[in-house]
Amino acid sequence: MWEKIKDFASTFFVTGDPLIYGADVAIVLTTFAIIFVLTYYKKWGWLWREWLTTVDHKKIGIMYLIASLLMLFRGGVDALLMRLQLALPEMHFLHSEHYNAIFTTHGTIMILFMAMPMMFALFNIVVPLQIGARDVAYPFLNALSFWLFFFGALLFNISFVIGGSPDSGWLAYPPLSELSHSPGVGQNFYIWGIQISGIGSLATGINFLVTILKMRAPGMKLMDMPMFTWSVLATCILIIFAFPILTVTLGLLFVDRFFGGHFFTMDGGGNPMMYVNLIWMWGHPEVYIVILPAFGIFSEIVSTFSRKKIFGYKSMVFAMMIISVLAFFTWVHHFFTMGAGADVNAFFAVTTMAIAIPTGVKVFNWLFTMFRGRIQLKQPMLWTLAFIPCFAVGGATGVMLAVAPADYQYHNSYFLIAHFHQVLIGGVVFGYLAGIYYWWPKMFGFKLDERLGKWGFWLWNIGFYVCFMPQYALGFMGMTRRVYTYGWDLGWAPLNFTSTVGAFLMGAGFVFQIWQIAYSIKHGERDRTGDPWNGRTLEWSIPSPAPHYNFAVIPQVKGPDAWWEMKKEMQQDGTKKKPVQLKPIHMPKNSGIPFIMSVFWFIAGFGFTFSWVWMAVFGLIGVGICLLARSFQYDTDYYIPVKEIERTEKALGRAV
Amino acid sequence: MRKPRLLRCIQLIIMAAFAIIVLAGCENQFLVLEPRGPVAETQYQLIVVSAILCAIVVIPVIILTVFVVYRYRDRPGNKAPYKPEWAHNTLLEVVWWGIPVVIIALLGFYTVKATFALPKPPAPTAIKVQVTSLDWKWLFIYPEQKIATVNYAPIPAGVPVQFEVTSDAPMNSFWVPQLGGQVYTMPGMAMRLWLQADQPGEYFGQGANFTGKGFAHMQFKVVAKSQAEFDKWANQIKKTAPELTMDGYRNLAKPGLADVMSFSSYPEGLFEYIVNKNGGPNHKHHSNNHGTGHETEKHDMSGMHKHH
Amino acid sequence: MEHAASHHKHHHDDHHDQESLKTLGFWIFLVTDCILFGTLFATYVVLRTNTAGGPVGKEIFDVAGFVAETFILLTSSFTSGLAVLAMHKGKIKELITWLIVTALLGLAFIGLEINEFYHMVMEGATISTSAFLSAFFTLVGTHGLHVSFGLIWMIAIMIQLGRHGINPVTSRKVYNICLYWHFLDVVWIFLFTVVYLMGVM
Ligand code: HEM
Ligand SMILES: [Cu+2]
Repeated sequence: MWEKIKDFASTFFVTGDPLIYGADVAIVLTTFAIIFVLTYYKKWGWLWREWLTTVDHKKIGIMYLIASLLMLFRGGVDALLMRLQLALPEMHFLHSEHYNAIFTTHGTIMILFMAMPMMFALFNIVVPLQIGARDVAYPFLNALSFWLFFFGALLFNISFVIGGSPDSGWLAYPPLSELSHSPGVGQNFYIWGIQISGIGSLATGINFLVTILKMRAPGMKLMDMPMFTWSVLATCILIIFAFPILTVTLGLLFVDRFFGGHFFTMDGGGNPMMYVNLIWMWGHPEVYIVILPAFGIFSEIVSTFSRKKIFGYKSMVFAMMIISVLAFFTWVHHFFTMGAGADVNAFFAVTTMAIAIPTGVKVFNWLFTMFRGRIQLKQPMLWTLAFIPCFAVGGATGVMLAVAPADYQYHNSYFLIAHFHQVLIGGVVFGYLAGIYYWWPKMFGFKLDERLGKWGFWLWNIGFYVCFMPQYALGFMGMTRRVYTYGWDLGWAPLNFTSTVGAFLMGAGFVFQIWQIAYSIKHGERDRTGDPWNGRTLEWSIPSPAPHYNFAVIPQVKGPDAWWEMKKEMQQDGTKKKPVQLKPIHMPKNSGIPFIMSVFWFIAGFGFTFSWVWMAVFGLIGVGICLLARSFQYDTDYYIPVKEIERTEKALGRAV
Repeated sequence: MRKPRLLRCIQLIIMAAFAIIVLAGCENQFLVLEPRGPVAETQYQLIVVSAILCAIVVIPVIILTVFVVYRYRDRPGNKAPYKPEWAHNTLLEVVWWGIPVVIIALLGFYTVKATFALPKPPAPTAIKVQVTSLDWKWLFIYPEQKIATVNYAPIPAGVPVQFEVTSDAPMNSFWVPQLGGQVYTMPGMAMRLWLQADQPGEYFGQGANFTGKGFAHMQFKVVAKSQAEFDKWANQIKKTAPELTMDGYRNLAKPGLADVMSFSSYPEGLFEYIVNKNGGPNHKHHSNNHGTGHETEKHDMSGMHKHH
Repeated sequence: MEHAASHHKHHHDDHHDQESLKTLGFWIFLVTDCILFGTLFATYVVLRTNTAGGPVGKEIFDVAGFVAETFILLTSSFTSGLAVLAMHKGKIKELITWLIVTALLGLAFIGLEINEFYHMVMEGATISTSAFLSAFFTLVGTHGLHVSFGLIWMIAIMIQLGRHGINPVTSRKVYNICLYWHFLDVVWIFLFTVVYLMGVM
C-alpha cells in the first residue's frame, strides 16, 4: 500500500529539481499565508461577496489585470531562465527537457494567459464607460468568462509542480505532441488549460460585440465611437471567427490522445499538416486579436495627450476593418516551407504584405494627430512614442518575412523570434502598459508615480533593443529557435550574451513597475476630478473610481469625442448643469454560479488530464447542474433606488 | 523634459555600439548573408531588396516621429502652430495609403517572381540525395551511389543537387543556410529541394524545427567536393564502410544522438519504405514541394531486399 | 400615480430590451457554432479517404438507419416550429405538447445514432481504426452531443413554462431553443449529404 502511494506520488508530483521544490514550498507557503490573512481579518465573506461572485465589469477587469500581471511575472521568469541558459555556449544550467518545457509554457502563458487577460482587463474596465453603458450586455456571462480563464490558467500552471509541464512548443505541433512522442500528462494540461480559458474568451468576444452594438448611449452612432471601442469591436469579430477553430483543433488533439484517434498521428492515416493549418487559422488572427486593442489604446492616448482630434478617423476605422478581414487570409505564411506549392505561397505572401498597408496607414495617422498638436510627455504618451518606431521596425521585418522565398532562410530562426517579439512587446505589451497607465486613475482613483515609472520605461525600452536587436543578427548567423544550447565554434556567444543582458534589463523594468504600483498606492497623486488627463471620451465624465452603476444619468451623445464636446459646451453655458431627474437604476445581481461552474470545469479538466474518467464525468455533471441552476433562476436583477444613487453621488462630490 | 532626451541619446549610443559589435564579429558567421550557391544567392538578394524597400518607409517614419515630438511638445512659448480641430486632409491620406501600396506592389512583384522561379533548377539536377530526419540525427541516402551517411553529406560542387526530404520522426526542417533556405521534413511525404554549392567547402546545416529532447544536437555538415573528389569518396565508402541493414536502420531510428557514420549499402527502397509507412499514400497529392516535384515511386514492401 | 406608471413601463422596457439582447447574443453564438462545425467538416473532407486499411463509408453506413434519422430530425424541426407558432398564439398547452413531441423525436434520433455507433464499433470500426473513422465519429458525435444537450435544455424549458407560463423570459427561451434546433437540423442536412450520401455513393 505504502509502496503504491509512493509510486503514485512520484509520478503525480514533479520531482528531482530544486527549482520545482522551491516552487512547491512557495506555493504551499503562499496558500497558507492567504488563508491565514483571510481568516484572521475575517475577510472570507468579503472576498466572496465583493469579488468571487461579482458581475461588475470594473471589478472583473481588475481581477483580469491582477491575474495577467501574475502571469507576466511567471512568463517573465521563464524568459529569464531561458536567457540564462543561452547566455553562454554549452551551459549546464537547464537540461534540454527543462528548457523545452520552459519555452513551451513561456509562449503559451504570454499569449493566452498574459496578453489575452490583460486585453480583457482593458475591455472590461473601459468599454462600458466609453460608450456610456452601465454594464456589459451579459454581466453573468462576463463573470463566467473570467472564472473560466482563471481556472484554465490555474490548470495550465499547476503542471509545473503536478504531473509535468507540456514541452512541445506553444502551438504543440503533432506528431511531437501526440501520445507517441509526448506520453506524459503535460500535453493534456496544455489542451485543457487552453480549452477551458478559450471558451471564456469566445464568450467575451460575443459579449463585447453585443455590448458595443446595442448598449451605446443614446445618440452615439457607430462613427462617433471612440477608437478604442472600435478596436474592441474589430477584435471581437476576430475572436468570434477564430476561437471556434482553436476549440476544434485542441478537441481533435484530445481525441487523438484520449480516445486513440488518428487525426494527426503518423500512423492510421493521420495528417499532421492539417493541425498546422488549423492551429494557424486561429493563430494568425490571434496575433491580430491582441494587437488591435493596442492600436485602439494608442489612438486614444495620442489624441488626448496631443490635445487634438484623432487624425483621419474614417481611415483609421477602415484600416482596422481591412486588417481584421485580411487576418483570416494569411495563415500559410507561418509554414511557407511546408511545400504548399508556388501558387499558394505567392498568394499568401501577397496577402501578408497587404496587411502592412493599413497598418502603416495607422502609423501615419498617429503621427499626424500629433502634428500641430501640443504633446504632453506623460507616462501613457511615453509608451506610445516608444511604440511607434519599435512597431514600425517590427512591421518591416514582418514584411521581410512575408517574402516567401526569403522566409525559407528566416523561418524558425532567431530572426523570426526577434520579429514577433518586436511586434508583441513593442506593440502589444507597450500598448497595454500604456493603457494601464492611462486608465489606472479611472480604475483606482490615483495616478501612478512618474519618477519610478520613467525608470521602468527606460529599462524596458533599452532592455528591449539590447535583447532583441542581436537576435535578428543571430538569425542571420543561422541560430534556430528552441535550441537549448549551442557550441563555442558557431560564433553565437557574444550576441547571445548581450541579448541576455537586455532581457534582465527588461526584468528590472518590471520590478520598477511593481515598486511603482506599491509606492503609488500610498503616495500616488489622487484623482478627485475624474478627469485627470483632460480626456475626450465619456469614461472621464464620471468620478474615479466609477460608482458601481457607472452613470447616474445616461449621457446624451451628439458626436465623437463626446466628453470633450460636453466640456466645451459647459464652458460656454457657464459651469452649471441643468438639474436632471434621477431614475431607479436596473442592475444585475451578483452570482456564485460562474465561480462554482468554473471550479467544476477545472475538476473535469484535471480528470481528463490524468485520464481519471470518474473525475472528468463528475466535473462535467457539475457543470451541467450549474447551467440548469442558472436556467431556473428568474430573480437575477434589482433596482437601485433614487435615494441611494443620490447618496452615492453626493459622497463622490457630484451634485445631481 | 531634459532627461528623456538624454536617455534617448544613450539609447542611440548603445544601438550604435551594437552595430559595431555586429560588424566586427563579421568573419564568415552571418551565414545567411554570405551565400555560397545560387539558391541562397537569390534569397539573399530578396532579403536586401525587401530590407531597402521597408527602410524607405521606416526611416522617414522614425525621423518624422522625432521631429514631430520635438516640434510640437507642450512647453511654454512653443510657437509651432496648434490646430486642435485639424483632423482630416484627403491629399495627405491618399499619399500615405498610396506609398505603402506602391512599395508592397513592388515587393510583391519580386516575391511572386522568385516564388515561381526558385523551384526550378537551372540545369537538370546532377545527383539525388535522400534525406531523412530521425530523432535526433540525419540520414542521407545516395540512391545513385548506393551508399548512405549519417550527420554529414558530401555533395559534388558546382552542380545542382536534388534533395528529397522526409522524416521518420516528428516534423523537422532541413536547413543549410549558405546553400539555401529550409524545407520541412515530414513523415509520409517526400519533399524536394534543390541546392547547389558553387565552391568546394564545408557548409553548416541543421534541423530547424523543434523535435524534442535532442533537437539542439541535430547539426550536420554538407561537404562540397569537386566531382572527382566526390566520386573518390563514394568509392572509398563503398569499399570500406559497413553496410546498413534493416535492423541497423531500426536501431538508428531509435531516439538518441549519433556520431558521423558512413554505410556502403542500405536496404533497397529504404527511403520509399520510410515515406510509405508513415502514411505516404495519403499525402501523395501534397508531395510536390516547390511546384516541380513528382511523386515518389511506391515500392512494395515485400520486394525489399538488401543491396550488395 | 403617473410616476408609478412610468416607472412600471420603464421596468417593462428594460426586460424587453434584455430579452432581445439575449436573442442577439444567441444568434452570434450560433455563428461560432457554425464555424465549429465548418472546421469539423473541413477536417472530415480532408481525411475522408484516409482509411488506413480500415473500412470505407460504403461498408459501414446503413442506408435505412441514416435515412430514418434524417426523417425524424427533420420532423422534429417542423414540430419545434409548430411550438413557436403555438406560443405566439399564447396557447401554452399546445406549446408544451409540441415541445414534448419534438423532444421525443430528438430522443428517438439519439437512440438511432447510438445504435448506429454501437453496431459500427461491434464490427470493429472504432474511432481509433483510421483517420477517416476518427473524423466520422467526431463530426457526427459532436452533432449528437449538441442534440442531447438541446434535449436537456428543452426539458428544463418545459418545466419553466409549467411554472411561469408564457412571459418575455420564457418565450425568449422557447424561441432560442427552437432556433438551436433548426440550426442542428441544418447541420444534419450537411452531414447527411457530405458524410452519408457521399459516403455510400
Ligand atoms: C506588418 C504586419 C506583419 C507582417 C507582414 C507579419 C508577418 C509575419 C510572418 C510572414 C511570419 C511568419 C514567419 C515565419 O514563421 O517564418 C510572422 C510570424 C509571427 N508574427 Fe508577424 N507579421 C506582422 C505583424 C505581426 C503582429 C502585429 C504580431 C503580434 C502582435 C505578429 C506576431 C507574430 C508571431 C507571434 C509570429 C510567429 C509565431 C511562431 O512561429 O511561433 N506579427 N509574422
Ligand atoms: Cu501570422
